[in-house]
Amino acid sequence: MVASTATSEPTRPAAGAPLPVPAVHVPASSLRGDLRAVKIVWERELIRFSKDKLRMITSLVQPFLFLFVLGTGLSRLASAGTHGVDLRTFVYPGVLCMAVLFTAMFSAASLVWDREFGFLREMMVAPVRRSSLVLGKCFGGATVACFQGILVLCLAGLVGVPYAPVLLLEIFVLQLVLAFTITAFGVMVAARIKQIQSFMAVTQMVMMPMYFLSGAIFPVSGLPQWLTILNRLDPMTYAVDPMRRLVFNHLNISAAARRALDPGVTWWGWHVPTLLEAGVVAAIGMICLAVAIVEFSGRE
Amino acid sequence: MSEHAPGGGLVAHATAAAAASISVHGLTKRYGEVEAVRGIDFEVAPGEIFGFLGPNGAGKSTTIAMLCTLVKPTSGSATVAGFDVNHQRDSVRRNIGLVFQDTTLDTYLTAEQNMRLHAELYGVERELVEPRMRQVLEMVDLWERRRSAVATFSGGMKRRLEIARGLMHSPRVLFLDEPTVGLDPQTRSSIWTYIQELKAAEDITIFLTTHYMDEAEYCQRIAIMDKGVIVVLDTPDALKASVGHDRVTLETDDDAAAIAAIAERFQITAHLSEGAVIFGVASGEYFVPRLFAELDVPIRCVSVSRPSLDDVFMSYTGTTIRDAEASAGDQRRAATAAFRRSR
Ligand SMILES: Nc1ncnc2c1ncn2[C@@H]1O[C@H](COP(=O)(O)OP(=O)(O)O)[C@@H](O)[C@H]1O
Ligand SMILES: [Mg+2]
Repeated sequence: MVASTATSEPTRPAAGAPLPVPAVHVPASSLRGDLRAVKIVWERELIRFSKDKLRMITSLVQPFLFLFVLGTGLSRLASAGTHGVDLRTFVYPGVLCMAVLFTAMFSAASLVWDREFGFLREMMVAPVRRSSLVLGKCFGGATVACFQGILVLCLAGLVGVPYAPVLLLEIFVLQLVLAFTITAFGVMVAARIKQIQSFMAVTQMVMMPMYFLSGAIFPVSGLPQWLTILNRLDPMTYAVDPMRRLVFNHLNISAAARRALDPGVTWWGWHVPTLLEAGVVAAIGMICLAVAIVEFSGRE
Repeated sequence: MSEHAPGGGLVAHATAAAAASISVHGLTKRYGEVEAVRGIDFEVAPGEIFGFLGPNGAGKSTTIAMLCTLVKPTSGSATVAGFDVNHQRDSVRRNIGLVFQDTTLDTYLTAEQNMRLHAELYGVERELVEPRMRQVLEMVDLWERRRSAVATFSGGMKRRLEIARGLMHSPRVLFLDEPTVGLDPQTRSSIWTYIQELKAAEDITIFLTTHYMDEAEYCQRIAIMDKGVIVVLDTPDALKASVGHDRVTLETDDDAAAIAAIAERFQITAHLSEGAVIFGVASGEYFVPRLFAELDVPIRCVSVSRPSLDDVFMSYTGTTIRDAEASAGDQRRAATAAFRRSR
């Protein structure tokens, strides 16, 4: 259509006559459209991760340090208390959780970068529900973190954990839940904290205590009361504990060692079952996800 | 509604209301103490190239943000492509394309990946993604580079890619916020070529902002915005005609004395801008001989020019756009403007 306003427009003949492309029509919002959005946001996370080879390697450094340096170094000190179990086997589930924790949080940080570099706007003006963007981001972060978890899972044999298919599957599912929850938590924080430095500072402040309080490096029974309380409040506890139980189920060790190293999390003396623990982690993830969706939907 | 429009352009177009592509009534936006947009009214006809011209901080980007539903207006209403920006946000979003002032590309991805991502977010039918992408990328001469990472692109290429991406879903209204800012002159002119081509090839309304006077000439109508209000709105030609006088620029040995003498002899207010004495006068070339005869301050150099949009801006706001930018705010803003320009 030619403009109806009467003005001489600067003349330059149109170079290309309209090409034979049928008109693109943007459909009304639909579930299908939202699913496409979830998928593409998820895919983008994977593409970006696959281009970041350095990150894959550097994020393995920390698990290595904990597993082989700290684990080996402390094993002589700890040998009296481990009833013959290798300390590295004991800390392995915690190290696995740590790899997932750090990678997931790092993935969530990409949201802060997206804001800084403007890409977030491209997503925010798209005619899709904000919830699909948040979901895609969380699934993407979880997938990337899970991938990192699988790399650590490959090391299992080196610390005396058998490569039993059932065990691997169980651990995989559990770390998937953890990865999703941590990403959702990170995305929730990123909705509020707009500066990358502040985000990093906050997550460092949260992640370190979460890791140390979770029982990743000590058994969770017989602790002083203050530490017990903090431990039971830490969401990571409910990921590390069942993971350790799964690993120990496949080990051939004495009942005494089992009692000492894998006492299980209790609530007022009641042993919390594995499924409920996983449920706690998932529930926290859902809450964070819901808050994140509300935060992003409400923004201008 | 025409109280903000001494030029009268508004009234002339108000009748097109029913079919208007963009229609804005009493739109305001307040950020705490700052009133970024202070009650603007205007209409844009379908197929028009409409420009917002104004210095940094005038409220241009804020207006675009409200029209594209990214920012909620403090008061007032607006429709874009027939949909209300306050109540039909999704419908507005489906029908607009956006190129923001600051880049919103994912520089880790390739050009093609950016385009596909956009197509997915907008639900472009699968079989149309490839041909449409090719069409718009060819238009901005980036088809050959589609597999390169955006990080390797120059500023001009990024801007072209953003324009192509904004067109991917065939929007009815395309918003371009300072599409040429920070680009070299050659790239700037090629961007304008694309805009003209686009206008010829597609049924689309283009709303753009700029603070380059010369670029506003490409628009069919422009609204001059300053400090949150539209000071005048009309075609560039009508605006220039409305100034009614030529611009005389003098270099003298004693500018202050020259300004005083011009005021006394000819009752003309001249002022100093960028080291020259400037004033407006009807039929400038006939005035110059009188100037030499009657002014006792030595004149080193003189030039007479037809009114430009700079003069329009000056005559409606009492200041040049550059001076308006310089005084537009604290040093921080000046610094960001310089930063933007330097990119
Ligand atoms: N998010 C914001 N918060 C506070 N003030 C803002 C915000 N966005 C813009 N402003 C202010 O509103 C005014 C207009 O800004 P803007 O619309 O960006 O102008 P322009 O695009 O014409 O340069 C400026 O004074 C700017 O500082
Ligand atoms: Mg702006």
